[in-house]
Amino acid sequence: MKRGIGHRVRELKVTLWTLIVPPTLWAAHFLFSYLWAAISCEKVGYFARFPITFAVGTGLALVLIVASGLIAWAQTRTPGTPAPHDGGTDIDRLRFIAYSTMLLAGLSFVAVVFTAIPVMLIGDCR
Amino acid sequence: MSRPLFRSAAPALFACLAGCNMHQSTLAPFGRDAADIRGMTLLLVGGAVVIFLGVAALVVAAMRAPAGRLTHDGGMRLVLWAGGIVPTVVLGALLVWTLPAMRPAPATPADLRVALVGEQFWWRVAYRPPNRPPVVSANELRLPVGRTVVLELGAGDVIHSFWVPGLAGKMDMIPGRTNRLVVRADKAGRYRGVCAEFCGLSHALMAFDVVAMPPAAFDAWLAAEARPAAPVASAPGAALFTANGCGGCHAVRGTAGTGSIGPDLTHFGARATLAAGILPMTTANVARFVRDAGSVKPGARMPAFRHLSPGDTQAIARYLESLK
Repeated sequence: MKRGIGHRVRELKVTLWTLIVPPTLWAAHFLFSYLWAAISCEKVGYFARFPITFAVGTGLALVLIVASGLIAWAQTRTPGTPAPHDGGTDIDRLRFIAYSTMLLAGLSFVAVVFTAIPVMLIGDCR
Repeated sequence: MSRPLFRSAAPALFACLAGCNMHQSTLAPFGRDAADIRGMTLLLVGGAVVIFLGVAALVVAAMRAPAGRLTHDGGMRLVLWAGGIVPTVVLGALLVWTLPAMRPAPATPADLRVALVGEQFWWRVAYRPPNRPPVVSANELRLPVGRTVVLELGAGDVIHSFWVPGLAGKMDMIPGRTNRLVVRADKAGRYRGVCAEFCGLSHALMAFDVVAMPPAAFDAWLAAEARPAAPVASAPGAALFTANGCGGCHAVRGTAGTGSIGPDLTHFGARATLAAGILPMTTANVARFVRDAGSVKPGARMPAFRHLSPGDTQAIARYLESLK
């Protein structure tokens, strides 16, 4: 039997491991941006030598962050009592982690965009 | 403002007025970069005031709201918009708006280069016009209005920082490294720059004059600056200058003095200030500096010449002032 993607997403369970996915992507992108600029400047003398590759890398990070945010958002809609989800039950635990993941995804999305803009706009090694 | 509060705040406010001047201020720009910086400063201060007043108004509204008027959902919506979405959009717009100003201005090999080296506690200056030999000077920077100039910043001993608030942002001068600052002066006049990185005892006494001149006047000045000094060889100060070994550290082109440890004095008398922007150029001040440089600039490497008679130091001072 074929099931919809919405159903599959709801079946995924967010955990502490999935919680760290958005900030890890942010950290990886941040490191990537710095190494990219440093290596470009040192090897070829230009800042962000291959902007298309950089844009693709940034786009990939953003897509993965949005995906983990959407999965988390679907999990926050699990029925239960309203926030702050601080009961010692499986459902409250799930909703708390899902909500945190969603907020972290939002923060990481903005952070990745803010890291990428200088790489795109500065264009100088001085 | 209540009276006692005004009385206690007034001295502080008047003290702030001391910072208002036209020759050393970020808010009185004469260069392209500084004009950008002032624009950003004013917008950011204005924006910060608007946001502060907005938050204060929200606090007052929340405190005065009748019971039952504020809801949890409304609060969460406020946090989402005023705490998340609006700041993100505003900061993103500011980032995109300000980043191009951080991009160094373009320069071509045809532009004038000026090598500036920070020393404890003065400035070594060498103008390097394209296809001509360098012109060495010190403690004064002259710039042609409307032309791009590449400043090549270095340091001879410790880290210094080059800052002409009316011209551009500051940039560090680091031993063993050359930092490039591309500037363009847009308004003729006499301005002032300072060392902006603590570099030793007389750090606060390490300044310099900046003279922005019309391009034709600058070219004429540079040609004159390139010529050797025209000292009056018979001046008693000239003989004293040589006899006391001043030329071992200071160069006066056209004489036996060729030292390069201290500032070049070839056209010393044409500068408006001495001791790196600290004292007005008067015979008494020059004589005082020659006699005991350390009393003017603690930590300066120039030795004291207290054994000279006041008449001798006056004679040396008059000789140096004649080096136009």
